[in-house]
Amino acid sequence: MVESVAPALQGVGTRKSRFAMRWGDPIFWGATLFFTLVLFALLCGVIAVLLVGGWPALAHSGIAFLWTAHWNPVTDTYGAVVPLIGTIETSVIAMLIGVPFSFGMAIFLTELCPHRLRQPIAIAIELLAAIPSIIYGMWGLFIVVPLFQHHVEPALKTTLGNIPLLGNLFSGPPIGIGVLLAGLILGLMVLPFITSVMREVFASVPPVLRESAYGLGATRWEVVWRVVLPYCRNGVAGAVMLGLGRALGETMAVTFVIGNAHRLSLSLLAPGTTISATLANEFTEAVGDIYTSALVALGLVLFVLTFLVLALGKKLLLGARAEGAEGEVLA
Amino acid sequence: MNKAEHMDGTIKEARKTSSEKMDGVMDTKIEVKNLDFYYGDYKALKNVNLTIPDRRVTAFIGPSGCGKSTLLRALNRIYEMYPGQRAEGEVNIDGTNILAARDLTQLRAKVGMVFQKPTPFPMSIYENVAFGIRLYENLPKAEIEERVYWALSRAALWDEVKDKLNAEGTGLSGGQQQRLCVARAVAVKPEILLMDEPASALDPISTAKLEQLIAELRDDYCIAIVTHNMQQAARAADYTAFMYLGELAEVAPSEQIFTHPSDPRTQDYIMGRFG
Repeated sequence: MVESVAPALQGVGTRKSRFAMRWGDPIFWGATLFFTLVLFALLCGVIAVLLVGGWPALAHSGIAFLWTAHWNPVTDTYGAVVPLIGTIETSVIAMLIGVPFSFGMAIFLTELCPHRLRQPIAIAIELLAAIPSIIYGMWGLFIVVPLFQHHVEPALKTTLGNIPLLGNLFSGPPIGIGVLLAGLILGLMVLPFITSVMREVFASVPPVLRESAYGLGATRWEVVWRVVLPYCRNGVAGAVMLGLGRALGETMAVTFVIGNAHRLSLSLLAPGTTISATLANEFTEAVGDIYTSALVALGLVLFVLTFLVLALGKKLLLGARAEGAEGEVLA
Repeated sequence: MNKAEHMDGTIKEARKTSSEKMDGVMDTKIEVKNLDFYYGDYKALKNVNLTIPDRRVTAFIGPSGCGKSTLLRALNRIYEMYPGQRAEGEVNIDGTNILAARDLTQLRAKVGMVFQKPTPFPMSIYENVAFGIRLYENLPKAEIEERVYWALSRAALWDEVKDKLNAEGTGLSGGQQQRLCVARAVAVKPEILLMDEPASALDPISTAKLEQLIAELRDDYCIAIVTHNMQQAARAADYTAFMYLGELAEVAPSEQIFTHPSDPRTQDYIMGRFG
């Protein structure tokens, strides 16, 4: 049977390859170019929509939109400061919590964990990343908020709250809902992402590099700290940036637990809002062109912020890579 | 005299005086006894018995997959990093079975290893060499500098790097990187150097330099080297062991094994009938 099929295949093969030789590459080139252009057009479209949509509000409030804190739809005064600060604040808290944890977990998984447990734990962490953010939000609201309200926040107030200056961050009534809790939930959400990426980065260290360090008699700590980590610094920075990008844009979970208040407060226990939470909350009830436009302008601010963070991340990575390249030139 | 010292257990003394010894009288540094090695269920070494003399170069040759690297990796237990790999039998270094030893750090202070590809750590040239020293000893800065200088000179690298000690180790050429790895291994003052195809990634000039380096180190260390290159074994090694399908087929002085091999499998291999 094989014999009978083979000549036929051969015949088709020769005819086809002639066509492929003439047109294969141009078609392939055109198709991939088309896909790339579609994506590029989409990006331009998003920027255009945000600019056009946000323009009336920006024209109405002027450039002061960026540094006024007053947000009052009734009087049509809009300032982006409160959601902007809220976005940055929650993301910073999230990174403060998420990065050390992810780092420890990734190191445990690649260096210390017994081999037969590595895969199950890694899968469990990836499953954590698959939980929809609204579930995190509900869990935060129904389980963590009461916990914070009755136990964590009072404890914070009686300890850290008494320290001069720093205490201001923990002033106000302990109501559970607020910036600190939103940051914590965000931190838990970015954790599996950062861990997965870092784990892969650490796993990419050539085994022979590890072998030479262990072969010299280095302990695990020495291998991780002196060899694996310096080797992976670019990848680790990349993982952190990926997590930060996600934290900046996360909407649902934050909306559930941050309190959605357009009030500027120094305290982390006070309710606040982020850009994405404001958008999610207010779009449906936005009456009037200026109000809607102000929300679109907020979206533009978030877009620019995320863009800047990613650009900074890329620049750091490129900088680190350029240093490496310089070293190679030396040879 | 040599035997008496051994019986007294003063091996360190023996090491000191053995360089004055006449050729032909040798100390056994490593004794491999009934060694089996497994990758999971696959038996990669079958009942290997071999002695490796001190202050000589012993080469392992054989076709790919014959177990020569595996044997080398059993000598410092580096295989233990991976699950499912295990060795059974005895590997006695200076009379102590290292397969039963609990303290790996002691073992690895004594046994340095150089790998197929150069593996400089992501740090400066100076730090690469100082890394190992700092693992074992709390030395004042001046003494570490002294030792780094000594190790780099020993590895015939000092003149090439003395003006850029703070440059990244990865910035050196392949051959320089490999000599840096030798310096790194030598810096902790081991007694045994294991080399796993150390020249296979190097160009001919770098290879020649490395072989010259091996010849110089020979007087002070017990060197075991795995190589694909029979000319290299003939040039650099005092003894050559031929391995085939996980078994040690033959071990003899290099001259003899390349001119009058006693095992027909060795003969076939050297004549290029397989491999």
